Amino acid sequence: MPAAPVKAALGPVRRAFSPWTDPAAKPLIRFENVTKRFGDFTAVDNLTLNIYEREFFALLGPSGCGKTTLMRMLAGFEDPTEGHVFLEGRDIVGTPPYKRPVNMMFQSYALFPHMSVTDNVAFGLKQAGMPKEERAKRVDEMLTLVKLTQFAKRKPHQLSGGQRQRVALARSLALKPRVLLLDEPLGALDKKLREETQFELTDLQVTLGMTFLIVTHDQEEAMTVADRIAVMNHGEIIQVATPGEIYEQPNSRYVADFIGDVNIIPGKVENNASGNVKLKSEWTDAPILVTNPVECAQGGDAWLALRPEKLIVALEPPPPGTPNVLAGEVWDIGYLGDLSVYRVKIPSGDIVKATVTNRTRLVERPISWEDKVWLTWAPEQGVLLTN
Amino acid sequence: MKKGLSPFNIVSLTLGFAFLYIPIIILVIYSFNASRLVTVWGGFSTQWYGALFRNQQLLDAAWVTARVAFLSATVATLLGTMAAIALVRHGRFRGRTLFSGLVYAPLVMPEVITGLSLLLMFVAIGMARGFWTLTLAHITFGMCYVTVVVQSRLLSFDRSLEEAAQDLGATPAKTFFVITLPIIAPAVISGWMLAFTISLDDLVISSFTTGPGATTLPMRIYSSVRLGVTPEINAVCTILIGIVTVIVIVSSIATKRAAVERERAERMAAAGG
Repeated sequence: MPAAPVKAALGPVRRAFSPWTDPAAKPLIRFENVTKRFGDFTAVDNLTLNIYEREFFALLGPSGCGKTTLMRMLAGFEDPTEGHVFLEGRDIVGTPPYKRPVNMMFQSYALFPHMSVTDNVAFGLKQAGMPKEERAKRVDEMLTLVKLTQFAKRKPHQLSGGQRQRVALARSLALKPRVLLLDEPLGALDKKLREETQFELTDLQVTLGMTFLIVTHDQEEAMTVADRIAVMNHGEIIQVATPGEIYEQPNSRYVADFIGDVNIIPGKVENNASGNVKLKSEWTDAPILVTNPVECAQGGDAWLALRPEKLIVALEPPPPGTPNVLAGEVWDIGYLGDLSVYRVKIPSGDIVKATVTNRTRLVERPISWEDKVWLTWAPEQGVLLTN
Repeated sequence: MKKGLSPFNIVSLTLGFAFLYIPIIILVIYSFNASRLVTVWGGFSTQWYGALFRNQQLLDAAWVTARVAFLSATVATLLGTMAAIALVRHGRFRGRTLFSGLVYAPLVMPEVITGLSLLLMFVAIGMARGFWTLTLAHITFGMCYVTVVVQSRLLSFDRSLEEAAQDLGATPAKTFFVITLPIIAPAVISGWMLAFTISLDDLVISSFTTGPGATTLPMRIYSSVRLGVTPEINAVCTILIGIVTVIVIVSSIATKRAAVERERAERMAAAGG
């Protein structure tokens, strides 16, 4: 089993992989003050971003946020209105797409309908002038990689959606590009196949040791596959960080809200001493304590982001004087099998979401509709946001 | 749902098809008439088909028509495809709407006006009327039809196919010949066939733009009919009908077979085979 030691060797490497924290590391791709306008519409607004060798990088955002435009500027289909795009330190603005060592897997797959699977995969190799025998070998290698060898002679319309997706992947990998661009690669697949393919993609990226850049609007997909995620909105990057940091340390209400479920409690900073912030909110009489260090002005507006799974739901009130308490009554219960989602209505009329893992089989609901409940959380569980 | 047709539908269907096809059927029947008189049935005979192949004038006209149709359809397809690509692809260039309108104009313009203006132009530039002026005129209107057909195909063309080809290292020119052209080929071919058949039966524009020695079949038929319809003309027309029918049947069978094949392949793919 030669594959096992390779994986074992790559495992720890992957975990320790974080070139973005190394100031001496040279980025493979650098967008420098890039702006792209289409008429009056600014798709990308003065954006600077570094992507490193062997990274699996995700551009995440709602449609129209500029993520696809950014990718197309790297592929060469669009040129920036202002700024530079560097690949391996070389400015590639103005270089036509057919001269860039970058390949793209299209959202529609864009398989050539009049060519067989083999000819589709061989297309790029043929353009590069690779000799026939070598070409046949590489095509075979690629089709083995995506497990499609028995479909080599078929035309694209004789394949299922999942098979077409794999042909597109093989075709874009055949030239061994410096960067593989994936434009919503799994959008057309059903949920189950999509989840499987996400893991296949990460495996492939690690095995091949290549740099992948994926564009997606699906936060779950970005979290699953990427080493780092850039959350975009209105042509700007709001936050670039690892999936864990994005989830646990969002830098803004936009990111907190975009990634996963979140409760955002508005308040005013009452006291800010030695990293401990005390917040006063109209949502509760109890004081709100936060231990995460954050810059905030006394008396200024601040918001506490709380993930639903961090809340503890109790049927009994906590002892008086306990901080971080929201009282309310159960408005709605969503039973998801593994989880139950409680939507709790607090006196101000706002709804707070809390999720509870169903550790025991649900025979009789311990908490029911219109029950009075108290939600508590530890001071380190919330994230204080000031914008 | 009720099966079969109601009496009303049967009547309207019969009347409609009768209206369309009875004249043609009469023409075909009388082409096999032994009598010289067109309106009197004198028994079955194929003598007029024999006479046809001894009629040098008609044969010459048929040869001119075939050459003009082939040449003009080919050039019109080339120019029309180029025009369609320019109109669809080069996005928002100045005066695009004007150009689109100009391409469609000859389709709705009365033929007499097109013919007359072409004639005036040929006279103005001092070009001798004959085979070449005829061919040029046919290219002019054939091109419009090709442009319309190819343009509608290009509008539904997935541009990411071309981007994918360029992404994989093909230059724009190579992309056009290896990807775009093979995919739009059916539209280009049907554009050619349209231009060919329209050239084949054009009478009005041809009459304006032709000169001595370049008489087309429709012109020859028209001028002999003025002296009275002969069974010989019926025979020519029957042959023309035969040619057109064969083309139509062949192309529709080909289209149908491709569709059936495709459907089967897609079913097979969906079943995971």
